[in-house]
Amino acid sequence: MEVSVNERMDHFMSRINQGEKIEADDWMPDDYREALIRLISMHGISEIMGALPEKEWVPKAPTVYRKLAIMAKVQDEMGHGQLLLRVAEDLMEPLGKNRDDIMKDLFSGKLKFHNVFHMKAPTWGDAGVIAWLVDGAAIISQTMMLGTSYGPYGRALKRICAEEVFHAQHGESIIMSLAEGTNEQRALLQDSINRWWSSLLMFFGPRTNAETGHSNQDKNMRYKLRTKTNEQLRQEFLTKYVPRIWALGLTIPDPTLRFDAETSEWQYQQPDWEEFKKIVTGHGPKSKERLALRVQSYEMNSWVREALGSSGVSKVAR
Amino acid sequence: MESTEYRECLIELIYQLADDDFLLAYRGSEWLGLAPHIEEDVAFASISQDLMGHAALYYGLLEDLGEGQVDALTHDRSPRQFRNAILVELPNGTGTYLEDPSYDWAFTVVRNYFYTLAKKIRLESIKKASYEPLQQIAQKISIEMSYHMMHWEVWYKQLINSTPEARRRMEESVKTVLEELDGVFSYGRFGDRMVRLSLIEREEVLKQRWMTYLKKEDTKSPMKMKQGEGRNGVHTPHLAKALETLSEVYQSIPTAEW
Repeated sequence: MEVSVNERMDHFMSRINQGEKIEADDWMPDDYREALIRLISMHGISEIMGALPEKEWVPKAPTVYRKLAIMAKVQDEMGHGQLLLRVAEDLMEPLGKNRDDIMKDLFSGKLKFHNVFHMKAPTWGDAGVIAWLVDGAAIISQTMMLGTSYGPYGRALKRICAEEVFHAQHGESIIMSLAEGTNEQRALLQDSINRWWSSLLMFFGPRTNAETGHSNQDKNMRYKLRTKTNEQLRQEFLTKYVPRIWALGLTIPDPTLRFDAETSEWQYQQPDWEEFKKIVTGHGPKSKERLALRVQSYEMNSWVREALGSSGVSKVAR
Repeated sequence: MESTEYRECLIELIYQLADDDFLLAYRGSEWLGLAPHIEEDVAFASISQDLMGHAALYYGLLEDLGEGQVDALTHDRSPRQFRNAILVELPNGTGTYLEDPSYDWAFTVVRNYFYTLAKKIRLESIKKASYEPLQQIAQKISIEMSYHMMHWEVWYKQLINSTPEARRRMEESVKTVLEELDGVFSYGRFGDRMVRLSLIEREEVLKQRWMTYLKKEDTKSPMKMKQGEGRNGVHTPHLAKALETLSEVYQSIPTAEW
């Protein structure tokens, strides 16, 4: 007997609503697959683009120990990117697409990467703030995603989250040295916090689609790809980190920031969501340069890919 | 410790070992995010961390010998005080790792392969060294060398036996690397004394082992030392530039703890 699409869809939704995990070979509606590809390839490529601002500080890290630690961290980010792209590649296979398509979509601007990785990281303080607060924010949003309805993504996230905890500790250690250091070091750190604050608020995305005109959070909630709203995540971040930043004697560049006991919510100055839109569509301060680095790496190594044959990945790596 | 002479030669040898790995780890770290594919990026990053870790072990030994703190040794010496071979200070290509890098993967593979083999042979010899703490470090590092060898050897063979373009690029790089390879085997002006004091075997012995290993592969061209004499502190301007980058933050606030 022919099973109708409606029946398949009902069965699919009931599996999701019962908390079952969907696997790569299971039937799934097209828009579920599309939502996953969009989400996971953006996540994967953000990890890879996220290696670039920190990579700037690897050789410059001020001690041998810090050089080693930040190199390990950048390596982890690339590893996360690889893990996620593998998940995305499996989802894209029935559509006849592969990693090359992901890279080409990145270069053409079709595939976006996270707002924070379009920003400048001009001092060593930024290396600390990225690891402490950007990774801290990532832990909050990725931990929420652990319960995602798509099994392979959830399993990849489990490993990623475990490593992100080390990153945040590495960041905290850099921050502590700066906070307990000379006046110049403290000033360096404060300057970085000021520079990153609005990017950190933007990290979680707008509260509703009113701010940017569109958002995928409703559909992603319905499919149980995620379980919390952007605003819930942002509130968690503020609850966790604002007291810690204040405890170090640092300030946050928002005079309106306060915890409202009545609503049990943080009140804060909205970041400029118009600016956010510009940043994520490739018009941020470092968007062009970082993308250019990626393109350059792709082009200067094209002879290597050719030499390795169709797989594009050498025996060494496998 | 025995004589002043022994101490002097020992310290000189450790600087050579430390500085070689430190500089090549730096060159490797410049490739982060730029390697031919993501899998290689991850694997290469492990190797660069190993090299930096090996350098840290040697610098730790120097610290114990009263040469100063590890971070000062790595971030506060002038180029003339560095004892690395020229081969490891050469850039990966044109541009910088921050701006317009046009890096040469063939050169990177050949440099790392030839250096790794030389390093492995050198470590085998040092395992018999007369200074026990150095012996122990050599033992420890040797364990990782087979992985590094395997990695670069597979890359080397795969590329040199591939497309005509890959072969051409690899052969060109073999030439470039061989032109500086004698600088890796050299012990500099303390060499004779190092050998006499049983810190390491003669340069020619190690070099012969290197050639024997590669005999079936290629190299008929002679090894040279084209530019400078790294072991005696004579370097190319590339080293000064590298050290400037490596110590930028460290030097920015001299009184700071990081």
